[in-house]
Amino acid sequence: MSATIKWFWFASPQSFFPLAGTIARVCWLGAALLAGAGLYVGFFVAPTDAQQGEAYRIIFIHVPAAWMSMFLYLVMASWAAIGLALNTRLSGMMASAIAPTGALFTFIALWTGALWGRPTWGAYWVWDARLTSELVLLFLYLGFMALQAAIDDPRRADRAGALLAIVGVVNVPIIYYSVQWWNTLHQGASVSLTRAPSMASTMLTGMLLMALAFWLYSIAAALTRVRCIILERE
Amino acid sequence: MIAAARCVVARDLLLALRRRSDVATALLFFVIVASLFPLGIGAEPNLLRAIAPGVIWVAALLSSMLSLGRLFAADHADGTLEQMLLGAAPAGVVAAAKVLAHWLVSGLPLVAIAPLIALQYDLPAPLYGTLVLSLLLGTPVLSLIGAVGAALTLGLRGGGVLLSLLVLPLYVPVLIFGAGSVDMAAAGLSPQGQLQLLAAMLVTSAAFAPWAIAAALRISTE
Repeated sequence: MSATIKWFWFASPQSFFPLAGTIARVCWLGAALLAGAGLYVGFFVAPTDAQQGEAYRIIFIHVPAAWMSMFLYLVMASWAAIGLALNTRLSGMMASAIAPTGALFTFIALWTGALWGRPTWGAYWVWDARLTSELVLLFLYLGFMALQAAIDDPRRADRAGALLAIVGVVNVPIIYYSVQWWNTLHQGASVSLTRAPSMASTMLTGMLLMALAFWLYSIAAALTRVRCIILERE
Repeated sequence: MIAAARCVVARDLLLALRRRSDVATALLFFVIVASLFPLGIGAEPNLLRAIAPGVIWVAALLSSMLSLGRLFAADHADGTLEQMLLGAAPAGVVAAAKVLAHWLVSGLPLVAIAPLIALQYDLPAPLYGTLVLSLLLGTPVLSLIGAVGAALTLGLRGGGVLLSLLVLPLYVPVLIFGAGSVDMAAAGLSPQGQLQLLAAMLVTSAAFAPWAIAAALRISTE
């Protein structure tokens, strides 16, 4: 019995507030250190690419940002689903705290992709499957944020946003595959879990360091934002 | 349950019949948007033939979105919606019935008039069947997905623009397969794959969207 109560102890915004502050501080520090290490490996250690020259180095920002942009939508939708199912206030706050970070990473992925596409494909933007579904993902984030901003009552905003996020998360794979079927030019994924990566190991190290840094940044930013939301609402 | 659904459909159709100009406006919008494209990009017949499926589908998308605002707004304003949700019939059934009525009023006329637009774009006659079939399968999906957005934005400021931001990204697969089926037929291939995918989307959204709409209405009316 006591175990169940402990589980929900931090579901209360008041008791979560100091914990969020501690975790956020640790994560900010970790994100800064890992980003420093990742950028060092990316810019000074990793070898120059045989085909793309130095331009490929944007991969160290681009790929982790794209990973995070998709992953954060899932995280946001799970918080939203938990909020709807268990009716906890904090879950809705977490979902709305994650949305801006997710939108930021989606935008960074699109932006760095455009800068990378110019030297390699000769165009800032092409109507390729991955670019298009990333753009649709950005619209989904912006729609979520706009819906929450338009509703004055925070509880209704949380629940309406939660429903939208769940509808969105059901649609994301459908959108992804329909767009992929529609057009594909983007290079295949360079990293996958099932086969050996098709890149130098230092490149992979740099990318994974940056991915970890972005993870910690996301946690830190979301928790810092959720602290602001708690202060605002409670 | 069936009786309640039939009652809601009949009532909404009767209301639409009494306010015929509302129905006509969305249809006119569809025709006008589709007629603007040749003025903007030139009347070269080959070009028009090539873009016809996409233009007709995008116009259908916008027109169906435009009429979504009316789906629940009037009932919400005079309290009918709350009574319906409080009533004995499951909210999902009421939602499905309202969407069906909305599609009969806004989607079906659009399907019927689409060949006329296709004529303007000089689309070859054998493609009309595919175009109409794709719209017939696709527009109910638009109504079902759109209704979730309409229910969520009920009574919010700036509802119309917000609705388009929420709903249009979700329309992407329908647009791709809808316009894709006609493009496929135009290329001399069988459009069956796309049409079957559209049908699959229709079945899936018909099964799940009513419950999402009902949940959204509960959130918006509490």
